[in-house]
Amino acid sequence: MSISRRKFLGWVGAAGLSATIGKSATASTHKHFTGYPGSFAVLHDTTLCVGCRSCETACNKVNDLPSPDKPFADLSVLEKKRRTTTKAFTVVNKYNDPERPKKPVFFKKQCNHCLEPACASVCFVRAFTKTKTGAVIYDSSVCVGCRYCMVACPFEIPTYEYDQVLTPRIRKCTMCYPRVSKGQLPGCVEVCPMEALTFGKRQDLINFAKQRIQKYPDRYVDHIYGEHEMGGTSWLYISGVPFKELGMREDLGVTPAPELTAGALSSVPMIVGLWPVLLTGLYAVSKRKEKIAQTEQENAVALALDKADASPQSIISEATESQTGEES
Amino acid sequence: MTEETIAENKSFFNLFNICAGIVVVIGLYITYLRFTGGLAAVTNLSDNNPWGIWISFDLLCGVALAAGGYVTSAAVYLFGMKKYHSAVRPAVLTGFLGYSLVVLALQYDVGRPWRLPYPLVVQQGTTSVLFEVGLCVAIYLTVLFVEFSPAALEWLGLKKARNLAVKLTILLTIFGVVLSTMHQSSLGSLFLIAPSKLHPLWYSPYIPIYFFVTSIIAGLSMVIFESTLSHRFFAYKMDETHLKEANGITLGFGKAAAYVLAGYFAIKVMGISAGNNWHYLKTGYGTWYLVELIGFVALPALLYAIGVREKNLILIKWTSVLAILGIILNRFNVCLVAFNWQLPSSERYFPHWMEIGISVFIVMIGLILYRFIATRMPILYAHPDYKDAH
Amino acid sequence: MDKVFYTLQNFMTHTESVTYLLVAATLVGMTLFWLFLGSGKNED
Repeated sequence: MSISRRKFLGWVGAAGLSATIGKSATASTHKHFTGYPGSFAVLHDTTLCVGCRSCETACNKVNDLPSPDKPFADLSVLEKKRRTTTKAFTVVNKYNDPERPKKPVFFKKQCNHCLEPACASVCFVRAFTKTKTGAVIYDSSVCVGCRYCMVACPFEIPTYEYDQVLTPRIRKCTMCYPRVSKGQLPGCVEVCPMEALTFGKRQDLINFAKQRIQKYPDRYVDHIYGEHEMGGTSWLYISGVPFKELGMREDLGVTPAPELTAGALSSVPMIVGLWPVLLTGLYAVSKRKEKIAQTEQENAVALALDKADASPQSIISEATESQTGEES
Repeated sequence: MTEETIAENKSFFNLFNICAGIVVVIGLYITYLRFTGGLAAVTNLSDNNPWGIWISFDLLCGVALAAGGYVTSAAVYLFGMKKYHSAVRPAVLTGFLGYSLVVLALQYDVGRPWRLPYPLVVQQGTTSVLFEVGLCVAIYLTVLFVEFSPAALEWLGLKKARNLAVKLTILLTIFGVVLSTMHQSSLGSLFLIAPSKLHPLWYSPYIPIYFFVTSIIAGLSMVIFESTLSHRFFAYKMDETHLKEANGITLGFGKAAAYVLAGYFAIKVMGISAGNNWHYLKTGYGTWYLVELIGFVALPALLYAIGVREKNLILIKWTSVLAILGIILNRFNVCLVAFNWQLPSSERYFPHWMEIGISVFIVMIGLILYRFIATRMPILYAHPDYKDAH
Repeated sequence: MDKVFYTLQNFMTHTESVTYLLVAATLVGMTLFWLFLGSGKNED
């Protein structure tokens, strides 16, 4: 196997994977979560990408996807901005750098495999799992097809088989979970001729990216996209132009997705615990009022009847007055 | 009732039957297409726009507009407002039908509807707001069924079962309020996960509270609106109590709606402040936001208030329509108009006519069922055997 | 529980699952407790 260091930073075999993760699982985590220790990631150095679409070809082959409408060799598709589809788990887009108009920038888009995935957070059947390899994988055998994951994903990645009648699935990049589990590289990383993609432990890649940025400050903007975005992702990017110009949102914030709904979810036990108390209280108050009104009415009538002999007219009219007064 | 009005009613129902027939035929045809060609065959949904009007209208509006059940039964049974008693049964019936139709609509929208029980029985995604919504809707549908059942049981003459169901009234009412508080607000919480996709004016940490408060407005307004329609078409079914209490209900519910709308207006304004989103008001989306806030929140609050002060029932009834439209507008804004606002217009969603067709079809089923039940069961009158029971 | 959670997602799945069980128990428990409260010696 000829894997250069650039493609696989700090090689660990699949056998080593579980061992590393097993050992470092000692630190007790309380409220602060840093993800599976030693999990993998991919670093995309956009300054090296030439837009050859080899990664798209490899992805298509590895995932047994249907052949595209236009062949992968046709680079004219780069002229139009594309997103992931059920037929393409990854797409390369071309962006023009205003400072260097002759040299376009290419950006590979696929699932970013968040450390705290929004899709997993919102799935009401837990069809999505963040695995210890770093991949976010999807289990179609439980999926109901509500498509809330697509609403939730800040990167607009999951796609849906709308044309399937009985077995529509969500489709997205698996970070080649089956291959990585066997000790192989993800299809796109393996095939990239420019070594624009590097696979390795996430922490190593972040350190590596930082070194690159420090070493070539003129070449990169000082930002590793994915280090903190949405709580961090397992795909990391470095670039020579601001990420905003590569179609990446820079306003996503650093809040991990599950935290966005944690507050709302935490109100559930409060409502269930306290609402019945409050409502039963109100019910008791209204009951009590009703009872008092009833007793007063009875008393008034009894009083009226007692005094009926003495001066019938005046007392009866008085009693009925007080009665109507209470009713209104 | 004069012969003239009976004749008028008859011709109306003939027209209704014709319309209903056409809508049902078209609906069944689209149903056939949906379940033989998949969602792609009948919807404009896309990878960028996974939720269309079957969610924004059928689910979000459907659940909000069915809130009359819990609002009315809480007012009457828990807060002791006995003078509104005759509004309970129609409201509970609407609630029950509304929730049933929401569940029916979901059969169309989700990819594999036969798996809808999965979150309950196969694998529980407890971190999902949708899990909570599903759980609450499932339980609340059962609660509404039991709350509605006395009417059906009186009709069928099953005294024992009926009395048992009536005994549970208070318990069911409390359960109804608890469950409604949770899922009405959670329908808003669904969008908390997507701060990057929902326009800041509509995205707010208060969105669950907004959804809950608007469900009260929707519930109150629907009771007024519905009672207006019932008086127009089913007046001959109503007993003396029902007819006598009707004006009081319109006034009382109008007053409540006015005040809740005022409170809602206040918390909406404070929401803008909390997010420091004032500058967005100057944009196009801001104008649209103000249309919603002024035209469909402040205006109905004012009109309801004038109607109540001047005992102008006609005004209150028309205002209920405005308020209901306001709720629908709000749900559409959150789910469709202000959602995905970051996308270029070419990638935005507009419903396919067949999606609208299914929504109309489902509303029509509701009308047909309401008419079937209201003309047979003791909904608009007290059953002679149980007159004193209330 | 001495289980180690590496992600907030796993942690919340665990806590929320327990919460939902407690919520169900609360709904039943509150009802029963209310009945218990009201079924003592009658004053009136």
